[in-house]
Amino acid sequence: MTPTTQTSTATRGRGGAATAAPPGPPASRTRRPRRWLAWNFLAPVAIYLVAFYAYPLYRNVELSLREYTVRSFVQGGAPFAGLDNYRTVLTDPAFWPTLTHTLVFTAASLAFQFSIGMALALFFRQHFPLSGTLRALILVPWLLPLIVSASTWSWLLNSDSGLVNAALGAVGIDQVNWLTSPGWSLTSVIIANIWIGIPFNLVVLYSGLQAIPVEVYEASALDGATGWQRFWSITFPLLRPVSAITLLLGLIYTLKVFDIIWIMTRGGPTDSSATLATWSYRLGFGNLLPEFGPAAAVGNLLIVMALIAGLVYIRIQRKQNLR
Amino acid sequence: MTGPSRRRRLAAVAVIALSAVAGAACSSSADGPSDGGAYLVWDPYPQFADDSEWVALLKKCGTSAGVTVERTGYDTTDLTNKALLAAQQGNSPDVLIVDNPVISTLAEAGALTTTEENKLDVSSMEANLLGAGQRDGKTYGVPIGANTLALYYNRDLLTRAGVDPTSITDWTSLTAALTKVKAAGKKGITFSAIGTEEGSFQFLPWFWGSGAQLTGLDSPQAVSALTLWTDWLKQGHAPNSVINNTQTTSWQEFATGDFAFAENGTWQLANAEKLGFPYGTIAIPASAGGPAPAPTGGEFVSIPVQNKTARYATSQKLVACLTNADNLLTTDTTLSYVAPVAAVQERQAAADPKLKVWVDAVRAAKGRTGDNLGTKYPKISEPLWSAVQAALSGAKTPQEALTAAQATATAR
Repeated sequence: MTPTTQTSTATRGRGGAATAAPPGPPASRTRRPRRWLAWNFLAPVAIYLVAFYAYPLYRNVELSLREYTVRSFVQGGAPFAGLDNYRTVLTDPAFWPTLTHTLVFTAASLAFQFSIGMALALFFRQHFPLSGTLRALILVPWLLPLIVSASTWSWLLNSDSGLVNAALGAVGIDQVNWLTSPGWSLTSVIIANIWIGIPFNLVVLYSGLQAIPVEVYEASALDGATGWQRFWSITFPLLRPVSAITLLLGLIYTLKVFDIIWIMTRGGPTDSSATLATWSYRLGFGNLLPEFGPAAAVGNLLIVMALIAGLVYIRIQRKQNLR
Repeated sequence: MTGPSRRRRLAAVAVIALSAVAGAACSSSADGPSDGGAYLVWDPYPQFADDSEWVALLKKCGTSAGVTVERTGYDTTDLTNKALLAAQQGNSPDVLIVDNPVISTLAEAGALTTTEENKLDVSSMEANLLGAGQRDGKTYGVPIGANTLALYYNRDLLTRAGVDPTSITDWTSLTAALTKVKAAGKKGITFSAIGTEEGSFQFLPWFWGSGAQLTGLDSPQAVSALTLWTDWLKQGHAPNSVINNTQTTSWQEFATGDFAFAENGTWQLANAEKLGFPYGTIAIPASAGGPAPAPTGGEFVSIPVQNKTARYATSQKLVACLTNADNLLTTDTTLSYVAPVAAVQERQAAADPKLKVWVDAVRAAKGRTGDNLGTKYPKISEPLWSAVQAALSGAKTPQEALTAAQATATAR
């Protein structure tokens, strides 16, 4: 609630609470029953938040702090293990490579998705004939179920019968084992993820561009600014809030990308494209004998990473608002 | 983890919404057991609708036991998690049909009754199939049918390359056949070496066929088996894509008609009839000759632990009905499985001579969790499939890969 509405309802409440029920929520002396009413209105969302966010989160933290075996998972009585699961995960030889893959995957995906999305958004701002149709076409990756796009990519990148290798072969380049060589698998899943992420960046940045007043551009044109100057001095600074939220949402989404990698490479070969998300899944569900504790610990590390990014975003935004 | 449900695995992956809160799913509760009259049956055959023979059989068995049967079909991979969660919540189904290696996991969790408790008769079952459901001298379920792996071959292609499939009895003659096929301009063999349980499942016939044991992943025999596969890739007998192949994609490669051989399972028999070329099957040869022991696939019928132990008697009747000889024949024909009972196997082979190879393969097969490995198997299998991937992708030599695998397996 903004300060203005608060004062207005407060004044109205003081004057007319005893008479017929005024429109709007009055904050008056009949506070207690009103508050109960308020809580009742809040209840659905509160219950929803607790049941679907707070409790699962709590359970996940609890899972990661206990030493669960399949036996204790079913029979109960898993001993409290403190940070043992985190220690197991952090000292696992797979941890650092996996973390590096996660960071490289996220950074590369974001950089390309954002810059290509931005370029396309600027391009479509020109409103040329058929631009609407073309823009709709570029949204296709977003509309496809991930299982479809990931399977399609894994067919395209198939070593022996993939279209990409056939095309490369036509210009005399040897077979590249996109998905089956440790050197290429991470690159391949990044390429697929960039393709899937471009539409999101395009849409958000395009709508951000609509909000920039045309007059600013007209003024700059009169001052003789070049296209390049217009971009760096007008578009980019004015688009900063939109860019920031695009990048933050992209970051949170990319950190936890699982389906594309799992479908295309299963994180392999030899964990060369494994990220924290696929590792967590493998620990928890990818084996006949689930290791719930370490799986939950890896999941929590991901949550913490996303949380830090969120806090950094809020901080940056607060600074901007103060300015 | 094998069976006709493979092709739905990708769909399952999509459905399992893994987010950063992976473990959180544990809090959701499954459908509770309903009123006393209805008995719950969970199976991994979602391909069978309510009007299928399988469901009709379930209903019939329910009627003869004097109860109604409520059946739910789950995806194989999904069912393991579902069963564990249900056990945790204390609302397990009365009868649970699961993939055989899962039995030892569920038994470890204390979620299944033993045959001593539930009075099931397992005496007619073949010992090598029953093995997967046994640990520490106790039996936790009855096999409902078995499948295993063999080599499918493209008859036309072998004729053109001048290879006689009956001459293939060991690794040397197999590799010689692959060389001839390559010389004739075709591709040799396709299999699945993906980095999941499926990859281990496909590698095991070669691993066991070399004389290696799962307790010693880095033995010289094991290295020879992995070297066989690695050399096939290096020499171009097998495509590089096997590293990422599931058994379904491997089958699709074979179905193109470009490949002479494909390692695949009983469950492809129905698809094999739809191939555009005549096919045949041979047992996977062992290193020194003769059929190699392949791992057994297929499901077990088990009776999960209930609070109301009085329910076991009726559940036992249901399971006994499902696994009597006549009903096994119906079920295993529908699933294109081999029956777990010798007498029924004879009847199957008599009805369809093509099944003879498969009956022999199943008789030579071994349970993955057998040899009292139980829940140690998953801890061996994961390093094993990782080693296969490392060697095939060239990241490590077969020796290095398996030495590392053995170190991981013992460290756990």
